[in-house]
Amino acid sequence: MENLVKRIKEMIPVENFKKQNSMLCFFTVQEQHIELILSYLKNNEGYTDLIFLQAVDYLEENKFMMTYMLNNLERGMNLGINVFIDREKAEMTSIHRLWSHVWQFQREIHELYGINFPGSPRVTEPFVLEGWEEMPPMRRDFDTMEYVERTFYPRDGRETSDPKKHMKEKLYKNYTEVPKIRREND
Amino acid sequence: MIKNSESKYKDYVADRSKYPQEEDGKAIIDLDSHKFTKIWQGPQHPGVTGNMSVELIVNGDEIVDAKTRVGYLHRGFEKLMERRRYIQCFPIVCRICVPEPDTNEYCVSAAMEELAGIEIPEKAKWLRTLNLEMSRVTSFLMWAGGQAGSLGMNTIPQWTVGMRDFWLDLFEEMTGGRVYHMYMIPGGVRKDLPEGFRDRVRAQIIQTKELLVDVERSFFNNAIVKSRLIGLGHIPKEMISEYGITGPNARACGVENDIRITNPYLKYPELELEMITGTESDAYERAKLRYRELHQSLNLISQILDKMPEGGEIQAKLPNVLHWKIPAGQTYKRAESTRGEHGFYMVSDGTKYPRRIYARGASYTHAISVLEKLACNITISDLAALMVSLHTCPPEIER
Repeated sequence: MENLVKRIKEMIPVENFKKQNSMLCFFTVQEQHIELILSYLKNNEGYTDLIFLQAVDYLEENKFMMTYMLNNLERGMNLGINVFIDREKAEMTSIHRLWSHVWQFQREIHELYGINFPGSPRVTEPFVLEGWEEMPPMRRDFDTMEYVERTFYPRDGRETSDPKKHMKEKLYKNYTEVPKIRREND
Repeated sequence: MIKNSESKYKDYVADRSKYPQEEDGKAIIDLDSHKFTKIWQGPQHPGVTGNMSVELIVNGDEIVDAKTRVGYLHRGFEKLMERRRYIQCFPIVCRICVPEPDTNEYCVSAAMEELAGIEIPEKAKWLRTLNLEMSRVTSFLMWAGGQAGSLGMNTIPQWTVGMRDFWLDLFEEMTGGRVYHMYMIPGGVRKDLPEGFRDRVRAQIIQTKELLVDVERSFFNNAIVKSRLIGLGHIPKEMISEYGITGPNARACGVENDIRITNPYLKYPELELEMITGTESDAYERAKLRYRELHQSLNLISQILDKMPEGGEIQAKLPNVLHWKIPAGQTYKRAESTRGEHGFYMVSDGTKYPRRIYARGASYTHAISVLEKLACNITISDLAALMVSLHTCPPEIER
């Protein structure tokens, strides 16, 4: 794995290399190099499978972290490539030419994080949210509680009562009225 | 005897000489021409365990274009987990997949343990492996019922789902829950096996194998099943990496991709486990492969019961989980589910709450990109069979 990173470092700047476990490594590259590096890993290093593409919101740093997880089937190795992008601009290079299923990850991120992928097919199609007009909901500044209180009305809640009292009043009412057995002394 | 060459889909190429005409490899579909009809299959239909629609454009009864529409099951689990402490995520993650919830529990536990640097006891590893294999059996039994049901054979679902219920009884005994178990927690598992449990599981394995003989006779040797499944949904080898296909769908065309063998976890390296692959890569081949894998899981359970020690710790010592801070970092843990690769990507920022937890289910690509590609040029009646043969599970698409 170290040799692979050496080879990549000869091509482009690489930061924050970390070996997470014997099968998984992470490193960070710059946005403009992502297509180049993914294409190199896919065609030359055997990382042929893209497992997922996801975003992480770092609101306090005003950044999004994109993670591309690749798999090398022959060696059983995973490689996570991180890219930090500006949160204000929220635009990322589309890699839909490299894998045929990438468009659906990009569509999901576009809907849930509001990150645009120019040129990606079907990127503006709705994924899980139909008719959504709010801020993209997976952003950390989206206030779920405020949205729920504004959109839905509160339910009245169920009637509650003291169980002991309730049983006495409703269920055992008739028992108190059972006629007594008449005795001779009465 | 039905031969591969007699299947209606074998080497079938749709005649596009008249319509729809193609441009750049894509059919030109003009709904106003009245040659095509747009219909919706779903959200409730025999093809899936859950709710998912497929928007079809048909010419006669032949599908010329398909688009998967999801959104009926979105419960916002990933967002919910960002606002919960680590231990509070457990009742949530198992609900991501109904037929096989334990893979979620394992991946999340393993990710938290790796980030927090916790090593779990040996007995807990055995119990987790047993739990995962039992959940594979229940998922495969449900799939077998779905595959037969999608072809109109309603007897086999009664048998296999009935048998699954006996396995759920065992789960209830082992974990306290039938469908959602919440058994694996960070540091190990919640409790040890009850007394006499091993013998009851062994008896259940024998019963299941007896049932599978009947399933094999009535399903795999059935002329209608063969004529409808052979050649349906053929996945060429070039599509595997291109579309992120994993699990039995990839193995059915000869790709050796089983995470239990290529990236062994828990106690799988100590078990006798061989890679099961196929060659034909159509729906019938995938069904046969899953049937063999069901037997493999039953054998693995027997091995686990024989090799697992009686006593031992089942839970590592953890800090106070209500104030548990996991050091900053990121990891991806994956496991082999019955549908393919199932994984969790977890990012921690050093606080009590996870920064991000992402669930990667195999159906995410199988039910969208792959299904849209394979559904073209088949008939409407075969779509449900195709969807079950890809083993789609909508809850893990939307999370």
